[in-house]
Amino acid sequence: MTEDVIVFGSLRNRLVVILTGGAALLAIILFLFVRGYATQIAQQGQDNILSASVSSILGTAALRDGNVELDFPYASLSMLNTPADDRVFYAIYADGELLSGYENLDVPQLQAGDEGTFASLTYYGAEIRVATATRTLIGADMPRQVSVSVAQTQDALSATLNRISSNVALFGAGFFALATALSFWATSTTIGQLHRLTEAVTRRGPQDLSPFSKPVPSEMAPLVVSLNTLMLRLDQSFKQSEEFIAEAAHRVRTPLATVRSYAEATLQRVQNLENRNALRAMVRAIDESSRAAGQLLDHAMVTFRSENLSLESFDLVELLGDLVRRMTPIAEMRDVILKLDAREPALMSGDPILLQNAFRNLVDNALKYAPSDTTITVHVHTTPTLSVSVKDQGAGFQADEIHKLARRFVRGSDTSDQIGSGLGLTIAQDVALAHGGKMILSNGRKGGACVTLQF
Amino acid sequence: MRYFAVLILLLFPLVGHAQDWEDHQVFGSQNPTSTLRILSSTDTSFFAPIIENFIAQQPNIEVQYLVAGTTHLDEAFRQNPDQFDVVISSAMDLQLKLANDGLAARLDGISHPEWAQWRGSIFAFTTEPAAIVVNNEAFADLPIPATRQDLIEVLRANSETFMGKVGTYDVRQSGLGYLFATQDARASETFWRLMEVIGTLDAQLYCCSGDMIDDLMTGRILVAYNVLGSYALARSETKDMLTVILPSEFPTTMMRSALVSQSASQPALAEAFVDHLIRLQSDGGPQDFPLPPLGAFQDTTGRTSISLEPALMTYLDTLKRQTFIREWESAIIQQ
Repeated sequence: MTEDVIVFGSLRNRLVVILTGGAALLAIILFLFVRGYATQIAQQGQDNILSASVSSILGTAALRDGNVELDFPYASLSMLNTPADDRVFYAIYADGELLSGYENLDVPQLQAGDEGTFASLTYYGAEIRVATATRTLIGADMPRQVSVSVAQTQDALSATLNRISSNVALFGAGFFALATALSFWATSTTIGQLHRLTEAVTRRGPQDLSPFSKPVPSEMAPLVVSLNTLMLRLDQSFKQSEEFIAEAAHRVRTPLATVRSYAEATLQRVQNLENRNALRAMVRAIDESSRAAGQLLDHAMVTFRSENLSLESFDLVELLGDLVRRMTPIAEMRDVILKLDAREPALMSGDPILLQNAFRNLVDNALKYAPSDTTITVHVHTTPTLSVSVKDQGAGFQADEIHKLARRFVRGSDTSDQIGSGLGLTIAQDVALAHGGKMILSNGRKGGACVTLQF
Repeated sequence: MRYFAVLILLLFPLVGHAQDWEDHQVFGSQNPTSTLRILSSTDTSFFAPIIENFIAQQPNIEVQYLVAGTTHLDEAFRQNPDQFDVVISSAMDLQLKLANDGLAARLDGISHPEWAQWRGSIFAFTTEPAAIVVNNEAFADLPIPATRQDLIEVLRANSETFMGKVGTYDVRQSGLGYLFATQDARASETFWRLMEVIGTLDAQLYCCSGDMIDDLMTGRILVAYNVLGSYALARSETKDMLTVILPSEFPTTMMRSALVSQSASQPALAEAFVDHLIRLQSDGGPQDFPLPPLGAFQDTTGRTSISLEPALMTYLDTLKRQTFIREWESAIIQQ
């Protein structure tokens, strides 16, 4: 069946892709955000230290005899000590003229009253961060502006950032792995509900068209409601056609009985051989139709009773004995011996009317195909399971068609000279199935057909 | 034109020779395949065994050992950084500034304690204290001073004896002397009082520890302040003339350090030498390594010597140096 369904994509794959893709995106965003934030904080830390160093140098600036002097403390540079042994550069300007420190340190020139600034520069191939601040010294003659810049390489900073980055990357990867596992779990749980529904549909018997009653998630409720509605309609249409067939058979049977009695009466009166033959053929055809109509009715009855099986306990041997007794006159008419082989009572629970119908069809079949002076035996076995087999000593089933004889309106190819509708075995099988059993068709070792109903 | 350039390159070492080195020794094979040039402030006698040991492991090399004072050494190296492979100096501040200015190569293959190196470029390999060294004969009737304060008192009480007989570094000439003086001044005011006392006694100023010790032996001076203790001990072991005093109130200890020039012509050999130096420092006996190894003079309080950090550049600042030299001159030169 699946090859007839057009499959496009997979819900599971789509869910997994969306969820893991989302998790990956989140992990990357998380990584970038935390790293950016850490960079900012680490840079701020370095800036603060540089700024403190600048202030401690600038604080010592003094005018002595009109000359700018800076007797800055050891701590000014000592505070810039880092685990990575970062290089330190500084420059001291007075009125734009380098007083001491490193030349070519391309520091931003500040005007009086400017706030301190920070800049990232490249100094002889090294990435440096430089802090600059300025201060005006009021002298006797004129004010002098002193500007101090302190710069530091960023080795310790980048070492810290690398450490943070690898930690955050590890965290992001962990987050991603967890989210992926979670998404697989969520997906399989969701898809699992669909699987359960599918299994429930698949496990149903061929005749089971009852609505689903097990609880399903709210998202699947519309699907189940549609399914139930579909099955209800299907069930109704089945019932309608069965009823129609039963009704038709019933309506045909009564006029057929009338026609037959007229034909019989006419046969008594007619002397002409040709006419008599024609009438006999007519009676035979009417018998066949009548029997078919009867079996159709039987089948409809079996179908109905199977669906609404009413169980009661009874002795199967007693039921079969009664059947054999009633069918013995017909057997005698055909010079066939019909006997029941049962050693002990066989109690079972089931619908006796259905079972009687089934066995009557089987015995009827056997009587039809059994040659004269043979025996038809009805065996009842109680071990290992309860089973009843009807055996004749006729030609048996044809091996190549034995498997399809139980289908509706299928008849053996060697039965054309016998009246039959092809429903007898179907009825017997339906009854067996309704009682939780099965029908087995076989041929005896010494020839002869054997039909076994196993319960 | 190319030949001319080669000729200039070949002559450059000769130009170097032309400079007035304190000493210039060549070690190693007659037909060397490569030459390692070491610029050092350490007397050759201390380094000869170290270099011999190195050459024994590296056949077919020649080692040129050039000795200069710390300040002279710093200037020479800054002018021609490609003329030297290894720079060894006791002036930690100058060494640190060389590295800070990007003149020292990073040697990632050498493992060394964090406190004894800087940026993987400067590697300290000795611990040496600044000492007070006295002539035993002159102090026969005087108490041997244990601290700077004691020294001040002895000098004041016997100013006639010590007039013109007290020696110390000329901080204007000697990088190491300047380092010792600035670190002393940073540690205590006592330094300035001592300088004033020495100044009143007509201080003799020296470029190098070796000269001071020579004059102590001859009796030319009787007391020397801030002499390299290791140099003094190397001689007082054989002669009973001198007493080496490590001032007990606060020690001034420096670490001698080595660096490899960023533009060295033999970088691999230079790194191998520094590695060898460090190994010998920790594993070698006094025969192989005549200098005091790292940690030798660390005091019991756990305070290490002057530490290798950017703050060493503080007193190298032009303004700071001017101020310091002016104060030092006004204390010690009292005409």
